[in-house]
Parts: sequence; structure tokens; C-alpha cells
Amino acid sequence: MAYLYLIDGTVFEGESFGYAADAMGEVVFNTGMTGYQELLTDPSYAGQIVTMTYPLIGNYGINSFDDESDGPKVRGFVVRDYCEYPSNWRSEETLDKYLKDHKIAGIQGIDTRALTKKLRSIGTMNGIICQNYPTPEQIKAVQNYRIENPVEQVTASKSYEIIGGAKRVAVIDYGLKRNIVDSLVKCGLTVRVFPASVTAETVLDYNPDGIMLTNGPGDPKDNVFEIAQLKKLIGKKPIFGICLGHQLLALAKGGNTVKMPYGHRGSNQPVKDLESGRIYITSQNHGYCVDADSLKGVGRLSHVNWNDRTCEGMEYDDGRTFSVQFHPEASPGPKDTSFLFEKFAKML
Amino acid sequence: MPKDKSIKRVLIIGSGPIAIGQAAEFDYAGTQACRALKSEGIYTILVNSNPATIMTDKEMASRVYLEPLTPEVLKNIIRKEKPDSILPTLGGQTGLNLACELAESGFLEEAGVRLLGTTVESIKKSEDRELFKQTMEEIGEPCIDSVIAHNVEDAVNFADEKGYPVIVRPAYTLGGTGGGIADDETSLKTICKTGLQASRVHQCLIEKCVSGWKEIEYEVMRDQNGNVITICNMENLDPVGIHTGDSIVLAPSQTLRDEEYQMLRSAALNIISALKICGGCNVQFALDTKSMKYAVIEVNPRVSRSSALASKATGYPIAKVAALIAIGYNLDEIVNGVTGKTYACFEPTLDYVVCKFPRWPFDKFTEANRTLGTRMKATGEVMSIGANFEAALLKAVRSLELNHYSLDSAKFNKMTKDKLYAQLTVKDDERLFCVCAALRKGISVDAISEITTIDKWFLVKLKGIVELEEKIKREKKACLNKEFFRKIKRKGFSDRAIADWCGVSESEIRALREGMGILPAYKMVDTCGAEFEAVSPYYYSTYEQENEAAATGKRSIVVLGSGPIRIGQGVEFDYCSVQCIKAIKAAGYEAIIVNNNPETVSTDFDVSDKLYFEPLTPEDVVNVLELEKPEGVVVQFGGQTAIKLAKSVSDAGYKILGTTVESINDAEDREEFDKLLEKLHILRPKGKTVYTREQALDAAHELGYPVLVRPSYVLGGQGMEIAYTDTEIREYMDIINVNIQDHPVLVDQYIAGKELEVDAVCDGKDVLIPGIMEHIERTGVHSGDSISRYPSSFLGKTVDNIIDITKKLALGTKTVGLINIQFILKGEDIYIIEVNPRSSRTVPYISKVTGIPMVGLATRCCLGEKLENMGYGTGLYKKSDYYAVKVPVFSNDKIPELEISLSPEMKSTGEVLGIAPTVGEAILKGLYASGINMSKGGIFISVSNKSKQEALPLAKDLFDLGYKLYATSGTAAALRESGIVAEEVGKLHECDDIERMIKSGSVKLIVNTPTKGRNTRRDGFRIRRLAVESGVTVFTSLDTVSAFVEALKVGKKDSELTPVALQDIGY
Repeated sequence: MAYLYLIDGTVFEGESFGYAADAMGEVVFNTGMTGYQELLTDPSYAGQIVTMTYPLIGNYGINSFDDESDGPKVRGFVVRDYCEYPSNWRSEETLDKYLKDHKIAGIQGIDTRALTKKLRSIGTMNGIICQNYPTPEQIKAVQNYRIENPVEQVTASKSYEIIGGAKRVAVIDYGLKRNIVDSLVKCGLTVRVFPASVTAETVLDYNPDGIMLTNGPGDPKDNVFEIAQLKKLIGKKPIFGICLGHQLLALAKGGNTVKMPYGHRGSNQPVKDLESGRIYITSQNHGYCVDADSLKGVGRLSHVNWNDRTCEGMEYDDGRTFSVQFHPEASPGPKDTSFLFEKFAKML
Repeated sequence: MPKDKSIKRVLIIGSGPIAIGQAAEFDYAGTQACRALKSEGIYTILVNSNPATIMTDKEMASRVYLEPLTPEVLKNIIRKEKPDSILPTLGGQTGLNLACELAESGFLEEAGVRLLGTTVESIKKSEDRELFKQTMEEIGEPCIDSVIAHNVEDAVNFADEKGYPVIVRPAYTLGGTGGGIADDETSLKTICKTGLQASRVHQCLIEKCVSGWKEIEYEVMRDQNGNVITICNMENLDPVGIHTGDSIVLAPSQTLRDEEYQMLRSAALNIISALKICGGCNVQFALDTKSMKYAVIEVNPRVSRSSALASKATGYPIAKVAALIAIGYNLDEIVNGVTGKTYACFEPTLDYVVCKFPRWPFDKFTEANRTLGTRMKATGEVMSIGANFEAALLKAVRSLELNHYSLDSAKFNKMTKDKLYAQLTVKDDERLFCVCAALRKGISVDAISEITTIDKWFLVKLKGIVELEEKIKREKKACLNKEFFRKIKRKGFSDRAIADWCGVSESEIRALREGMGILPAYKMVDTCGAEFEAVSPYYYSTYEQENEAAATGKRSIVVLGSGPIRIGQGVEFDYCSVQCIKAIKAAGYEAIIVNNNPETVSTDFDVSDKLYFEPLTPEDVVNVLELEKPEGVVVQFGGQTAIKLAKSVSDAGYKILGTTVESINDAEDREEFDKLLEKLHILRPKGKTVYTREQALDAAHELGYPVLVRPSYVLGGQGMEIAYTDTEIREYMDIINVNIQDHPVLVDQYIAGKELEVDAVCDGKDVLIPGIMEHIERTGVHSGDSISRYPSSFLGKTVDNIIDITKKLALGTKTVGLINIQFILKGEDIYIIEVNPRSSRTVPYISKVTGIPMVGLATRCCLGEKLENMGYGTGLYKKSDYYAVKVPVFSNDKIPELEISLSPEMKSTGEVLGIAPTVGEAILKGLYASGINMSKGGIFISVSNKSKQEALPLAKDLFDLGYKLYATSGTAAALRESGIVAEEVGKLHECDDIERMIKSGSVKLIVNTPTKGRNTRRDGFRIRRLAVESGVTVFTSLDTVSAFVEALKVGKKDSELTPVALQDIGY
């Protein structure tokens, strides 16, 4: 028996799987039906306990090809029905073993739909997975829990380069998913990844043809240093931001970001390109969004979420800076917007 | 782009009669389309020959034509109604082919009519094998190595080069008709020949067999702006090699990584973008199990069986959205009806598992070949929704109504390990149970996977179920502690199976379970995995924590649906269920439906106030009742499926509205019913109730041969046979008793005469008879397989007597609601052969032609209203000015080795209607609509000795009408004596004359009355099969021939028939 406790007092009973330890985090849900390995290793989930709305998880096991970073980044994983015996030609081990090896707590057998409805109606909440009924101390700790400096925890420890082609891109790693780098290399670009702590000067010293701002975890406003560096970089080179990169760019441009009630996490989010009128199905993972109105005069809203009309993309007036909230690199999720990397490559 | 304002009058083509490969899903699609277009203010003109459908109800479209679906008829309707556009992609392959033919002939251009949605060029690109391959090559989507064969030689050359096995797929056919897998040259030659014949364009695709790869489907949509989305993906439990219509299918896919899921998703979207599809489309892939290699198997540029399934599996109304796209809307302009807030431009996500299980006709066609391959054999399907795979599968299995309440099978459990190893290589309808028996016997998952190529993921899950089953069998009630009990209920185990294993009653298990507080929790199907608040009242049961469904507090009534489409219980009962829901809503109640058929209108979540997608078993139904606490339950419109549940519903303390359980039982109970008839002075053929072979023989001797033998409580004359000898009695009784019978077997005197049929509404006091129908074929042919005409040819006293008996029986059986009665007329005497206090197959047909909304009235009677206040009077309703002739349609070509001759056991899968001012023209229309070849040519006549005299005048008529007659020596001699010239041909077992004539097409029609008795029919049987498989019409009853002649004498081509809209029939 294990428990998932939410700060509104809700308790779900389930069974422990993965690493049998207590784990605290912000509880969020993801509606993707596939892609749990990519999702577990997506650094944007740092500090969070993720629940999947699809009930059968672990079906195709874990392999050494589908990681988006060097290991799982979630604090905990909540599923309805864990699959002990995976089947897929690529499968190397079970999800259970993988979580155990990486000391990630999991809980299964709970009514994840009830949990999702709760998060949807009340909003994202802190919670704890615990092996015994939570103690008053634990409950207090959960209430006070805040994801502190998550970017620092997931960014690269030092810079590194992947040789692709003649043109060079500086990637500022706020918690990048590997497929961002792979997508750039696939476009024939050489990529130099810098830790989030990099200064604008170091980036410019590299003399890149363009700058890529990656996804990453947490409240964008916490990243004061990073925003200050961006202010110095904007306008100097073509810039492409994704997810947290998109939010930091907006803040650096003097705009505002707001916390969403329960965010967008899944592989089925419709986004409208306001210029072409086309809708693309996108992969998303964010709990904050940019307030497009706050950027009037400096940029134009380029993409909106067709479900709730929130900002999904900005194009700035210099014509060389653009960003999207969704994940064109997919992994997991649809690859319908991977052309944005080509668009960026052409700007260089 | 918003709605195209230039579209004002739209012609919608339906899919015609139900056949294997084309079932109720197109009634569902067409009905959605009609509703969508009507709500957009468009004038809709609907054409469909199938009277059992909801789409052909007068209110569904501005103009409804129950007319033959031939190009000539459609041209006349277009000339008359002057539509500006045609919506061709919602009427299945039939609708699509017709629209293409009209377009290709240049008629549409001439008439200024355009095709909405996908263009003819796009349709051709996906349907024509050569163009399709070329297009796929252009966009870099891999196809399987293949060649287009226009003759057998091409096929053999390809196979010689690429190696066997190969798959033969005829172009433009339904459900893979005429296709198959060939392992060697001999079988390739045979299959290819039939395939070429089956194809409209005489073209087959011969492809390298990738049997064993995963079969994955994607349902995708595209609008004119180029927006593309996936509605649902599905994985077949049965890998490539078994037709997807005959496969167990799961949604979403279970064994695909995101990388694989997205690769195929992107491919599907690439394909519809390249084909410029506007609307829905289905793409089937084969995916290697050991690499990222995949191949496109097939693309259907229209809504299909899979899209009906995908709609129900996700809650996304594909047909409605496709119709709106066709009139100009883009996906981002169409509101998602489930959330009411978001738009149709998103991809549904599931937070449950859906299982589709095919329903095959082998319980009725016991002698047919049950093996499964590329040719579809299922008549229908069930769908179930569960919180996990196990629950979804077990719910689906018990929804089939084949007495499976678990995966345990006595038949396979009896087999030895060796026998099971051998049996595992057989791909047939019982494979799942065979696999489970193998697991039970300890055959390993690896070994089974090796033999069957079924993915281990499924096998491991099955093994888990089997182990739990065995534990319960072993430990019985002792293992049912709260934890274990909850666990097995979560996995979908039925109370009934648990009870059987524990050796106690189901009610005891239920009480134990409820005592432990283990109750179902219902979850909502909301398209979005709970991300948004949804308003769809669409539920399924789980044993999870939170229950989302609750009684609303309004006065409610539950309607039990009719389950999967099968022979004897088709779409007509869904028509009745939907009409009943409408009437309940109109009366101010909340209407709640329980059903499990994904192809139907009744399971569209916005038809009723609440939809429970659940198995129709006592446990699952009573669970819903316990939650909803309705004022009553309606069982009389859901066919035998719902009737069978009446007792359980009543025992659970819920009120059956209308005719009571006691009355239903009394009508089925031989003794009670005989008593009633005696009291009312009504005749019936003498009969006996028996259980054993010996009793049956005694009964037959006492009554005198011939006798009718049949089980009681069955559908469509299931297991019913006419016996002429003791041998036959023994044979039939053995077949019937293969399955344990809860109810006795009936042995009746067989009376040859004219059959009449009546459907009536009774309020307990008065009776309303919309009309009297007359069967063309004499007694001994199942009513569902007879041509039936309305009004009957009888007048005066006979009619008075029929009315009188109907009233007596309706009141005598205490019917409240609908009653169906079948009569035999012999001389002056009227015998009763069947009384069913419920809706029947003919209710939709007779409602449409008389204009009396029978189900609506019957529902109001059930709710306590009186006929005298309903405005249609009582007694026999006035005759219509039109004749309506129902003609049955068979899928005999789809089931090899099936005996096709008409008998008391029903074989037809669907029906069509001909409506005209004269009876001859009505028959003619019906025959055209049924697809019988009406062009003049050769007729081969071979009749039994006792029918020869009767056949002579008909042969003369046919000869005079310009047919060339062929006959075997005996028949030819008889014809010659009467001065009729017939070419003599050798018997089938002596030479290949007949075979040659059938295959060369010189014979268009065969008249062959079988000699009675099973052992003597060899030659005839082979001729009939040969003909059916070559597309030659066979008549096995001279009464049918007589109707055919009557129709021919009208002397009209289909282009000369006057279309009649239902709106024009004066009632």
C-alpha cells in the first residue's frame, strides 16, 4: 500500500512501484497516450509529480533510445495500471526497474481520472507520494513545497559542441530535451550547448549565427539572471525560443507571464498559426504562459491555443526573434511543427 | 472557410441493404450527416433502398427516397429534385461507387451537380490500385511489394518472382470479397480468378504477404484548409492476415512506443494531405514487429466501419464533422459537441481501453467454413469500454450473446496439449478461446506467440486472466475476500462466471459483492481525458474509485438496445430503439439507453439523454438500473436481446413497461399458449414440446411428416428445419443439442399454405393494425427470407378474420405495445404460426409505407396512453395508395460452403423495399434494389421431379419474355413435352457444361429447387455455390420465380421507374 496525498486533503490509495520512497512535488497531469519514457526524462518536469490520464503505462517497456535527457527528471510518477510485462522490439527493461534504478517513486492502481478531474477543477496542487500514511510534518512540508531553482538542477554542467554544418547555433540549456539539439543538427547546423548560467558575452564570443533558447522547468520569473542575459542578446542574432525559452524571451522583452490553472500537458493541443490560418496539433508541457497583451508594441502574437486562446507563439518586431510555447521537437508527441527548425535554420 | 452558401440542395446516397462488410455503420453515418446538414438549413434529399434504417425516416431529410441504388434511378431522382450537390462519402462503398459512376459518365457535369468533399480524382487515387501505388511512391510512403493483375498470369509471374505466400485483393470490393491468401500456384490461380470476377474493374492487387506484422489503423480527417488531425488509432489483436473486420481491435494501440505511434500518425496525415481528402479517411498499416519498417495496406477515402468504431471509441462524431467539412466548414470552425467549448480541431485522447469484437454468423451457419482470412465474414460487432485491457475484452466477450461469460471454454479445455498445439494454427472465430485453453494447459506465451504471431503483450494479459480464472475454480468462494473480489471485478470478471466456478447462483455472488461494497463506478467518455469539463452523457462502467454518473432526479425510463447485428436481428431493432427514445423524450421523460453496438444510431451520445455503453447481460443492465432507478424499463424494441433480459430486470424489482414478463413468457410457453388459442378458438399447427431425440421421433410419428423442428426462444428461426424422415429428425436434434438448451425443442406439423403477417399496436383495450403483409414464398421459408408485399392480395372475409384474430390475440396475450403475428392461410382456414409480443423486423417497413409511427404509438401505449386519443384510429388502418414490396438480401457469397436455398432458417442479412403504385412495379423495384441481375440472358433450370409441373408455365413465361433456357436432361424433356425449347446440358458431376456456362456469364440466372433431404443435394449444392460465388442469381423457390416473372412482365428498365418520395405518399 502506498498513498498519494494532495494539499487539499485528498488521499488516494494505491500500490507502490518503482523506488519505494516518499516524494514531494507539484502534481500535474499529462494526456498523451504514448511517450512516457520521453516524458519522464523531459527536464521541464523537474520538481513535479506527473500522472498519466491514459491508464495503461509501461506497455512497451524502457529502451536506451527514447531518453530526452540523462535520466528521469520527474519527482514521482502516478499511473492507473502499471504493465509488468512489456512487449516491444526495442524494450530493454521494465519501467519499474528503470524507476527503481533512478530512485524515482511511483504509485499505481489509483483512479487517475478522479485525480485529473480534481487537478482540473482546483488547479495544479502540491502532493506527496508516501509509503505510509503521511505524517503531520510531511503534510506541512508539502504545503510549503516550492520548486526552487529547478533550471539550475537540470541544465548542462558545462558547455559542449556537436558538429553539424558550417552555420553555428548557440543553445542555452534551461533543461533541454535532446531532440531540440538533434533537430538542429538534422538541419545541418553545428550546435554549441551552454549551461543556463552562461553570460551574454560568452555566447557572443562564440559568434553564433543564431541562438536557441530551450525548454525548462519552473516559474519563468525565477530566472532573473537568465532574463538579464537575454536582454543583452536580443537583436544581435536570430533567436528561436521554445517553451521556457519562449517565456524568458517575453520577460526579457518587458512582457509578463502568468501561471495557468492546470497548464497544458499532452500531445493533442491545437495551435493556430495566425498568419496562415492553419491549425497544428502540438506537443505541450507548460504551467505558465505568456500574456500576449503585455507585449503590445514589441511583438505580435503569432500562434494561439485553439482550446483556450492562450498565447502559443510570438514574433518580435526585429524580424529575427520568434518563439513558441509548444514543442516542435515533439518527443513525445506529433512532429507536425518540426518545420520551425528549418524556418530558423533559413534565418541564419 | 465558413459554410459555402451556394450549397442549398444536397443529395445524400445511403449504402443500401445490410450485407457482410457493410452494416449499420452507414445508417449511423448517414443519419449524422442528415441531421448536420438539416441543422444548417440545407434541403436534403436522401436515397437509400434499405427500409430498416433510421436515415430513411421521413423526418430525417426533406425528401426521402426508398429506391433502388442504381445509376439510372439516381439520375431520375437528380432530374426531379435538382440538387446542386451530392455527398458521396457517407454511404459506404456503395454510395461512393455510385457517385463515381455518375461523375465519370459525365452526367453530373451535365446536370450541374457537384460532388462535395473529396473529389473523384482523389477517390480514384486511393481506390485504384495502380494510381494509389504511384501516389504513395511519389510521397515516399512505403507500400508492400505488389503488382496489379488484370489476369491470372500476371499474378503467377509476380509470385514466382517475389515468392509465396501472396495476398489477392480485388479492387473496389466490400470487405475483401473474392480475396484471400495463396500459399502456392494452384491456390493463387483459384483465388485470383474469383477476385477478378468480384472486382468492378476486373483488377486485383497481388501483394507480398506480410502476415504476422502488426495491423494498425488510423482514423484521420482533413478540411479544405489543409488542417489534418487524427481521431483515433487502433491496434488489431490479430496481426495482418485476418481482415480487420474479423479482427479483435483495441483502441488506442497498446504496444506502440511514441516513436512508432507518431511515425504512423505522420504517415497517415501525409497520405490524406497528398490525396487531398476532405472529410474522414481510414488508413491501415502493417508494422514490422522487429523494426521501424512499415507499409501502407489500404486507404478508405470515406467514413467506414472503422470510423463508426472510432467515433464511439472517442466520442468524436466523425460523420457529422465530415458532413460539415463537405459544405465548406473548417475543423477550427466546428464546435466539439462533447465539451461544448473546444473545437473539432484537436485530437481526442482516451483514458480507457476500447475493445471491438466481431460477431460472426457461425452459430446459425453451423456448416459454414469458419476460418478467417482476408475475406470478411462477421455480420456485426460489439464494442466495450474498460479501465484496462482485461475488463474491455471480457465485457466485449459477454456482449456477444454467445453464452461466454469468461474466457473459459469447455470445448477447448477438453483438448489435449498436442491437439491444442495443432488447433492454434487454425485462424477462426474461436481462436481467442483456443489460445486461452492453451495457456491454461501450460503452453508458454512464447510458443503461442510463435504459432499465432499474436503479440506477447496480449498473451501475457490473457495469461493473467486465465490464472485468475483458475484460482477461482480451485479455491471457489473461499478466495473471494474483499481485496481479491475487487481485483477481479476491476479486471472485468462477470458475476455469472464467478458464480459458475464457485458452484453457486449468480444472485448469491451479487449479494456477496454488494455486501462488501464492491459496486461499479461509471466514467464518462469525454474525448479529452478529463482535461476539460464535458457535457456528453456517455458512460461506461469500471470498478474504480469515483463514480461520475448519477440519477438526475428527473423521471426516467431505460431502453434496452439490441446488441450486435446478426442474422435475424439487424438494424431494424436499432430503428425501433431510437424511435422509442424519441417518444419517451417527447413524453417528458429522461430516456436512457443501454447498448453495445458501435455501428448504430442508438449509441450516438446525443440521441438519448444518457448512454450507457455496456454489455446487455443481467448483471451489467441491473447495475445501471440500480444507479438510475428509472420508473420503468422498455424491452420490447430491442429484439430478442432485450426480451431475454426482461425476467432479470423484473426480478430485480424494476417495472417492465408495456407487455409484462408473464405475458411474454406465456406467448413463448407452448402449453400456456395452446390453452389461450383453444380458449379463443384459434387454430395452430399441432405440435409437441420435446427435449430428447427419442421424444422428437415420437412426436413426428404422431403428427405425421413433414414436421418443423426448432428450439424455442430463438431468433430468426435459428436451428429451424423441416424434417421429412426419421434420419433428418435425428440429425437436427443432434445439431440443436450441441449447445445445452435451457428451453425445450418444438416439433410442429408442417402446413403448406400462404403466409400472412401483421404488426399491430395494442393499448390493452384497442388494437391498431397498420396493414396486412403477404409473403410471396409459401410456408417453410423463413419470413425474414421471403419477399413480402403490402397490402396483401386478400380481401373481404379473410381480412376480417385476420383483424379479428389479431385483436383477440393482442388482448388475449395482454399485449401493451407491439405485437407481431404470422398466419398460414390454407383454404378457408387460418392457422397461427408465430406470435411475438414485441417489435419485429417488419415494423420500420410497415411504419414507413403506411405513415403510422408504430414505435412511437406503442411507446405511448407503454406509458399508459390510449390509442383512441392518438389520432390514427383503431382496427385496420386504411390501405395506402402504394404497394410496398420487401425483398431480402443475402451475403451468401461471403460465406463459403453455406447452403443457400431458402428454408425455415433465416439466412438473409438485409432487405430492400420497392414502393410503386402497382404491385408488379413494386416487385420490380424491390428486385432491382436487391441487386438481382435483371438483364435478359440465359437461365439454367433444374427442378426436382415434384416441382416440374409447377415450373412449366413459369419456364414458358421466361421463354416468351426472351430468355434462353438451359436444362439438364430430365427438366429439358419435361419442357420439350410442353413445347418449350431448352438447350440440354450435362449434369455437373458428369461434365463441366454448367460450370462453363456460369463462369462465362452465358447463364445469368439459375432456378434450382433443392430435392428435400440433406444427403441428396450434392450436385445442386455445388451448382448453387458456384453460381453465388460467380455473381449469378439463384432462385430456389418457384414462388420467387413467379414474382420475378410478374415483375418482368411490367416491362420496365430501372431508368423507366418513377421514383416515389415518402413525403409524397398520401396516408
